[in-house]
Amino acid sequence: MSNLNSLSTNRALNWFRLSSPSTFYPVAGKMIPWFWGLSIIFGLAGLWVSFFVAPVDAVQGQGYRIIFIHVPTSWMSMFIYLVMAGWAGLGLVFNTRLSAMMAQALAPIGAWMAFLSLWTGAFWGKPMWGAWWVWDARLTSELILLFLYLGFMALQASIDNVRRADKAGAILALVGVVNVPIIYFSVKWWNTLHQGASVSLTKAPAMAQTMLWGMLLMALCLWMYSIAVGLMRVRAIILERESHADWVQQLNEVKN
Amino acid sequence: MSALLTIIRRDLLLVMRRKSEVLTALFFFVIVTSLFPLGIGAESALLRKIAPGVIWVAALLSTLLGLQRIFAADYIDGTLEQLALSPKPLVLLVMGKIIAHWVVCGLPLVILAPVIGLQFDLDSSSLRTLTWALLLGTPVLSLVGSIGAALTLGVRGASVLMSLLILPLYIPVLIFGAGAVYADSVGLDVTGHFSLLGALLILALAFVPWVSAAAVKIAIE
Repeated sequence: MSNLNSLSTNRALNWFRLSSPSTFYPVAGKMIPWFWGLSIIFGLAGLWVSFFVAPVDAVQGQGYRIIFIHVPTSWMSMFIYLVMAGWAGLGLVFNTRLSAMMAQALAPIGAWMAFLSLWTGAFWGKPMWGAWWVWDARLTSELILLFLYLGFMALQASIDNVRRADKAGAILALVGVVNVPIIYFSVKWWNTLHQGASVSLTKAPAMAQTMLWGMLLMALCLWMYSIAVGLMRVRAIILERESHADWVQQLNEVKN
Repeated sequence: MSALLTIIRRDLLLVMRRKSEVLTALFFFVIVTSLFPLGIGAESALLRKIAPGVIWVAALLSTLLGLQRIFAADYIDGTLEQLALSPKPLVLLVMGKIIAHWVVCGLPLVILAPVIGLQFDLDSSSLRTLTWALLLGTPVLSLVGSIGAALTLGVRGASVLMSLLILPLYIPVLIFGAGAVYADSVGLDVTGHFSLLGALLILALAFVPWVSAAAVKIAIE
């Protein structure tokens, strides 16, 4: 009976044990190559579909193919913000160290995705609309999302006390999450008010099935990439923050 | 309630003892708005067009100037810690400080705005809309700004960092505030803009004091 009890508590604990940096660190190390592998597989498949299988767009020609990078990066930039705020909120409520580290690790990846989305958007916009930048609602809110990421990173970087930095960052991230929809809709309404239909982003024809596949595959690739890089970054942050701990000093990569 | 009034009176008294800080922010508002015609040209049709945006952006920036004063001095001399230790709920005290900030930095802008609007050749109905929009919008600026002020307490380069944190969050207020004046000037209905500004104000009133109080607690912990 006592055996059974300890077994069940063990099983229940197993999951939570991962929330300790010392157990998470090696597990993350084992997972990283897998996510890299998946990312490369999905990426190759996605690029193959998007360059060789997907048909040429009737209106936009070959130039439209930038969509296969552009749309997945936009998705990721928004999704990562939610995940980041989720981790930050968990860290704030349960006071778990690892959650805050996760949030800190994810911020630059999300910012990078937002930047890539804006950059590829500019490259797409130039041939299609004849302008690098238009004040479209989506572009504008993506830019503001980038600012929110930069604010989060700047705040965390400028507070020396790590615990305080985590908590302050968490509050900012949560405030940001509440604000993202408000900002999105306000920009959208502003856009419809001020600007005529000179630039319409709405896709004219329904997307071909293969195009959708290409986009989904690329999204999966970026998803796996973000997880892999996120885990690598979180491992680095663990080493940095826990450098005083015994288990860190006994690691091979630290000893050598 | 008396705690709230006490803290408002205290903060206002402190400001009155050192008027220059408040006046600096006000002069900043006046100077920035006066620079635009000098930079862009004094064509009245153009001025009328840019007036809502210019006045609102200047209002945003000059609110930002005064934000540090909400908590920073009290944080440095330890008053904030004492306030947090007091039996009165911190939320109430934070709310009092935000109200005091609005009275000092927001209300004067509302009063000054019609005069600035005249410089931009706005007609009387636009001026009225501008004033009402500022009356609804500036409290939101003070409320949301207090989060940034609390988060950056005692941080290196706090004021620059605060503007990075807070200005993106000000965008909805800017859009609907300036949008109301713009809509009025082209003869559109402005009630939608006012409803949205009011909604933002209610939302901010309901949540921000708690968030700011939590941020203050983190700063002094």
